[in-house]
Amino acid sequence: MARPAIIRKDDRPPFHARLLRSQEGIVFSLAVLAFVLFAILLPGFLSTGNLLVLVRSVSILGILALGMALVVIARGIDVSMIATMVVSVSWAFVITRAGYSFELALLIGAVFAIAAGVIIGVLIAFGDVPPIFATLAAGSVIYGTGRTFFFTLEMQNVPPDTDWFSVIGQGNVLGIPTTVVFFAVLCGLFHLVLSRTRFGWMLYAMGSNPNAARVTGVPFRPMTVAQYAISAFVAYLAGLILASSAAAINARLFNSTMIYDILLVVVLGGIGLNGGHGSVRNVVLGTVFVGILLNGMTILNIDYTVQNLVKGIVLLLAIVVDSIVNPRDEQTSQQGDL
Amino acid sequence: MAGRNALIRFRYRYLSGRLVGEVLSKSWIDAAIPVVALLVTIGIMSFLIPGLLGAGHIADLARQLAEFGLIALALTIVIMSGGIDLSVGSMFALCVLAALVGMNVLGLPFPTALAITLAAGSACGLLNGVLIGYLRLRAFITTLVTLVIFRALYDIVFPRLASAIVGSTPDSAAWDYLGFGKVQGLPVSFVIFAVIAVAIHVTLSRLRPGWRLRAVGGARRSAYNAGINVKRTVCLAYVTSGLLTAIAAFLFSARLGSTGADTGIGLEIAVLTAVVLGGVSLGGGRGSVGGTIVGATLVLILTNGLIRLSTPGSVNQLLLGVILILAVLFDAKWVKNRGKILSKVYVSPAYLDLPEQARTKDDPFALNDRLRDVELIGLGAVEGPEDVVLDGQDNLYTGTRHGTIVRFLAPDYVRSEVFARIGGHPLGLAFAENGDLLTCVGGMGVYRVSPEGAVSCVTDETNRSWFSVIDDSRLRLPDDLDIAPDGRIFFSEATIRYEMADWILDALEGRGNGRLICHDPATGRTRTVLGGLIFPNGITICRDGQSLLFAETWACRVSRYWFDGPHKGRREVVLADLPGYPDNINRGANGTYWIALLGLRTPTFDLAMRKPAFRRRMARRIAADEWLFPNVNRGCVMRIAENGAVLDVLWDAAGENHPSITSTCEHKGYLYFGGVSNNRIGRIRLPDTDPAWTAQRDYWGRT
Repeated sequence: MARPAIIRKDDRPPFHARLLRSQEGIVFSLAVLAFVLFAILLPGFLSTGNLLVLVRSVSILGILALGMALVVIARGIDVSMIATMVVSVSWAFVITRAGYSFELALLIGAVFAIAAGVIIGVLIAFGDVPPIFATLAAGSVIYGTGRTFFFTLEMQNVPPDTDWFSVIGQGNVLGIPTTVVFFAVLCGLFHLVLSRTRFGWMLYAMGSNPNAARVTGVPFRPMTVAQYAISAFVAYLAGLILASSAAAINARLFNSTMIYDILLVVVLGGIGLNGGHGSVRNVVLGTVFVGILLNGMTILNIDYTVQNLVKGIVLLLAIVVDSIVNPRDEQTSQQGDL
Repeated sequence: MAGRNALIRFRYRYLSGRLVGEVLSKSWIDAAIPVVALLVTIGIMSFLIPGLLGAGHIADLARQLAEFGLIALALTIVIMSGGIDLSVGSMFALCVLAALVGMNVLGLPFPTALAITLAAGSACGLLNGVLIGYLRLRAFITTLVTLVIFRALYDIVFPRLASAIVGSTPDSAAWDYLGFGKVQGLPVSFVIFAVIAVAIHVTLSRLRPGWRLRAVGGARRSAYNAGINVKRTVCLAYVTSGLLTAIAAFLFSARLGSTGADTGIGLEIAVLTAVVLGGVSLGGGRGSVGGTIVGATLVLILTNGLIRLSTPGSVNQLLLGVILILAVLFDAKWVKNRGKILSKVYVSPAYLDLPEQARTKDDPFALNDRLRDVELIGLGAVEGPEDVVLDGQDNLYTGTRHGTIVRFLAPDYVRSEVFARIGGHPLGLAFAENGDLLTCVGGMGVYRVSPEGAVSCVTDETNRSWFSVIDDSRLRLPDDLDIAPDGRIFFSEATIRYEMADWILDALEGRGNGRLICHDPATGRTRTVLGGLIFPNGITICRDGQSLLFAETWACRVSRYWFDGPHKGRREVVLADLPGYPDNINRGANGTYWIALLGLRTPTFDLAMRKPAFRRRMARRIAADEWLFPNVNRGCVMRIAENGAVLDVLWDAAGENHPSITSTCEHKGYLYFGGVSNNRIGRIRLPDTDPAWTAQRDYWGRT
């Protein structure tokens, strides 16, 4: 019998060796490598303007990924985020154009998003529907509802006479785009919630062993509903920022690969889909890596469809690595665990 | 009061809700729900759209069903293996592209184009299969990603070849035949689909690969531990899925001859809805080809109907999503709660009025303690000796709970041996004229054991009655048997509604769930002779050779039934309103019969039997171990004349050795006792009987 290895701080393998042992470390190295490569090979990549564009463009992805991370840590998944985002924001704009005050319309949009999240959460928590099906079908329902009842145009412009709204997406705070500031603030908030509050700890408990969490008294069902409500609300916030920065929101985003980009960020960052581990740091790392990748490919003028292919393959590789780093065991894997 | 009771009796006889439980317990109920949903949808749709069921539209629908159904079958196979394949839509698009490039652009011959299409599908399936089967990735997320990858490939290739595809039409008769030809009035593609569906059905339900697949889906860990190659099975499921999708794509290409940018987009949601509607459980193991086809037809009729109603595409999307959610919700709740509902509604009590027996001064059932001095045989060595019987050499035979027949050797019955291993709990025992031991085995049927101990089945089924929901051709609880002079075997089946382990639950119903069955060795046929009996238990042939006595346990009565002779078919109650529940009946000396009472009636339970609503509420509201059950802890042994007069009653007042007795048997001046929940056999010397009497001599006239 080998003695249990007790690793003291000074016996630990050196930093560079540890780096390549975890997925997080690998992605970090890859991000640095890609950054350096693009910086050397692509003229204009390292310019301040481009870097700002890079960070700004991925912060919306990052915000969405924060919401997704919360759910994934508790062993769920929410693929309805994009539908919630486009429908709630578009509806808010439509209501404003119909003559109501913009603030009231935004409030209604928020209520709609949260209600959608609560319904999804109830389906999962009380209806025993697997999260992936509930959210996949709910995405279709939310988008269908929106297109049928709320608006007919795919493109909804930001209503006129709302100058303050454009500040959210286009303004600067001390030279930093407000979008990035929002992302940073939300990161801080999520970090506090996940690491310092009982709610956050329960999320980890639910993710690492749902049955044990239930038995030890975690309010499983309310917690589940809360997660999906939060992720829907985060999607709404991200939608507002997106609409503000682009001065419009396009409902067609629902049919794009954006939801896979979010998953890409979460999985690449190292938050295992099995739940129970991961933190805000992983989201930031994933966001930065995906941002570098997308920005580099755009500068290289790679076709959008080819970009999708590359993203898909990278995501697939990330999942393969994830499954090798966190293998599932034939004896302990859950029945019906999709 | 009498009128009210008659009303209660009527209500619980004809409107008892018994069928609800029986229908729920059938395995076809899973398939019945989608069929009902389909019929309702067709009804509504043909009301809304007048020409929906026209011949032209049906033919069009059949072609669409061929393509859509094949993809649904592909997904069914994957889901039954415990996975999921969301990439079917993109895979379908890629295969359509492969087929059209082969036929239109490259102008390849038909077989080559088919091979290319199938290869494309298999390659896509193999990628999924290797990733999910061998690398053990999570099926959902993996196929979601391959969906994106396949779609991206399609989006890259399609625009470059779009004009070439539209620009040329292949010159192939087979290709046109596939797209537009008919066989016996049916579209070719539909015939192909039907053949494939039957092949898959046979494979899944009858062949080893299908069983392995369902085993892996139903209980992956157990399948792994049972030695099934789980990884290969899962991988092959995805390859099959790719192959079927490729066939569907080939049919689609032949029909339309072109493709668009949106081919296959959103297909996975529609197919998933179809499959889940068809009763295929997410999580694996459960589902059927028939259900999937029903689900696919439903979704197709719905989407086609909506298109013809010219609703916008978003409504379509909304509706499919809602249906998918409802179907998954129903599936999750159904799988979880079906057993619970069944256990709540299955017990279906009826009205049973047992009149109180008048207590006279010279009550023959006065308590005594004549069983105090029984000799115990096999104490602790037997479990559950329901019936006891002795052979010509005075050896004692009894069945045990362990599924064996044990023989205690004469003269002192100290030594014992396992005479035969049956596998089920042997209940009634009787010797045939040739020395074979016949036994009713709980849950199995009637079995024969030769004097050498060789076991063979006599009968394990009877005729199926026409209007019974429960399959009553199977023998659930054969209880006791006897043999007529001509060799016919008459046996009782206590209940057709409960298994051996739940026999006592039948007491809560008080309905005639049992029957008398006759097996004729001359013809080999088994036929039910009397139905609707209330837990028929003991049975013995009367000495006239034309009639038999049988006891109905919960009805507390003994009846005589003529199966031959001038009175054939007559049935009369010999002994009614017994103070307890009669069990086995056997012949005794001097033309008498012995009856064992396994328990005594109580006023409380008798009252409960007159209150079916109370018992029904009890069965629904409280746990089974808190239900009110009949007292089967205290009984006695009685001797009756053929006309029903009670001659003698033996009690165990102390209740130590034989408080509850299910069987007695007289042999050479001794009386032997068995009890289905006892761990011993007892015997006592009878003072006033023929000390040379044996059952063999009484039955067959020999010593």
